[in-house]
Amino acid sequence: MNRADSFLDQLGKTVMRNIEEMGKIVMLFFSTVSWMVRPPLKIRDIFKQMEFVGVKSIFVVVLTGGFTGMVMALQGYHGFKMFSAEALVGSTVALGMTRELGPVLTSLMVTARAGSAMTAELGTMRVTEQIDALYVMAANPIKHLIVPRIIAGVLMVPILTIVADFVGILGGYFVGVEVLNINPGVFVKNIYKYVELDDIFNGLIKSAFFGLILSLIGCYKGFNTEGGAEGVGKAITEAVVLSSISILVSDYFLTAIMF
Amino acid sequence: MIKLVDLYKSFGDVHVLRGLNLEIEYGKTTSIIGRSGSGKSVLLKHIIGLLKPERGHVFIDDVDVTKLDEKEMNEIRKRFGMLFQGSALFDSMTVGENVAFPLREHSRLKESEIKQIVIERLRAVGLTGVEDKMPSEMSGGMKKRVGLARAIAMLPEIVLFDEPTTGLDPIMAEAINQLIVETQKNFNLTCIVISHDIHSIYTVSHKIAMLYDGVIVEYGTPDELRASTNPVTIQFLSGNIEGPITIV
Ligand SMILES: Nc1ncnc2c1ncn2[C@@H]1O[C@H](COP(=O)(O)OP(=O)(O)OP(=O)(O)O)[C@@H](O)[C@H]1O
Ligand SMILES: [Mg+2]
Repeated sequence: MNRADSFLDQLGKTVMRNIEEMGKIVMLFFSTVSWMVRPPLKIRDIFKQMEFVGVKSIFVVVLTGGFTGMVMALQGYHGFKMFSAEALVGSTVALGMTRELGPVLTSLMVTARAGSAMTAELGTMRVTEQIDALYVMAANPIKHLIVPRIIAGVLMVPILTIVADFVGILGGYFVGVEVLNINPGVFVKNIYKYVELDDIFNGLIKSAFFGLILSLIGCYKGFNTEGGAEGVGKAITEAVVLSSISILVSDYFLTAIMF
Repeated sequence: MIKLVDLYKSFGDVHVLRGLNLEIEYGKTTSIIGRSGSGKSVLLKHIIGLLKPERGHVFIDDVDVTKLDEKEMNEIRKRFGMLFQGSALFDSMTVGENVAFPLREHSRLKESEIKQIVIERLRAVGLTGVEDKMPSEMSGGMKKRVGLARAIAMLPEIVLFDEPTTGLDPIMAEAINQLIVETQKNFNLTCIVISHDIHSIYTVSHKIAMLYDGVIVEYGTPDELRASTNPVTIQFLSGNIEGPITIV
């Protein structure tokens, strides 16, 4: 085989492998949904995951949202000052946060914090035969382990996004009004004038979708871990990379459809 | 009767089971012995459907479980309990929750009754007052015993023990042997035990099967095995370095 052939061969194999993996992730999604509608739901496990994904991520999300809003105000101010449109700083921060940065940055932070932990936990359970133990006790691992995590992801990422949006705008206000001396009335008035409920709402739909992506991929990679501690490490890396890429790529397409 | 017929299983180019046949009677304790890495755990996982063979059949009551789907398999699994070699306790749950897990999943017992059973089962394996501890706070031998308590929590018809006494001190090992013997007798259980501990095996087993080279090379009562003329069995039971089994 010559070089071009083997290159094409490799490329083909990689593409096939990725398509196959995508198919498996989609199938995992459907079986998760089918277990979701079959009572009884593990309410306690769901709340535990919601606490882990949601409550315990608040700190990083506040930090991320706050500083993002602040830096946007700073950058926006210098830009808008060139044509004396400083008044638009508030609405720019608010639009940027609600439509884009709130959902995306929150999801990326939750991927790093909670998505990776999902992979680590399920991966460890796989390699220490805890998942086999569930099968042996006739308990379905999807129902016990994956359903609570996906529900938590889909519900909590939007809530965290609201927090990020709010803190981000607050951060923008602080820098804009307190540091850069923009008129507070104008700052707020322009937010009301230019930001519509749809902007916020569409941002939240996006973040629910990102929550699904990061929990689904986190669970998939953990659930299919092979090969001891090293395998768990590898699975976590793959989960974080794949989730982050999927969030950024799907963000473009969701935005194109919605706005 | 549990019947393994012509089982083949390999991982990559490691051929673990190569046409294995074995019939296990109900209401008896059958032990499986063999060298480390010979495929004892793999064999056990075929019985409970965690692994599927490349070829061959696993009959439980004349039902070929290799052909069942997940739902049908679960009905069969409810009749089983299993102790994993590495205990496989759920490390997000307390010891008590671990032992209670099969009861909560498959019985309609009240919470107070479940609590009582958990305490009883843990006491049977020599553990008291550990219900609220996490598995990570326990030693390896303690985990093994919690795994044992979980395996017999439901008093299933058939219990699979993967090395129940490995890692226990001699006194505790003997206590666990007695527990297996008594529980088996009192509830007429079918026990399948994997062990490296020859003394334990003679104590608990009605039948012993020797796994070597992917097949059962010897199968009989403890006395029959002691009187065996098969050089592989003789070497294994006596722990001799010289013989047909080579170290590497
Ligand atoms: N999931 C797996 N993937 C790849 N190889 C495996 C897997 N499970 C078992 N094996 C291989 O199958 C062989 C038998 O393994 P098994 O765990 O059954 O041994 P064993 O007889 O239980 O040994 P021990 O007494 O040390 O527990 C080993 O060579 C092992 O490497
Ligand atoms: Mg083993």
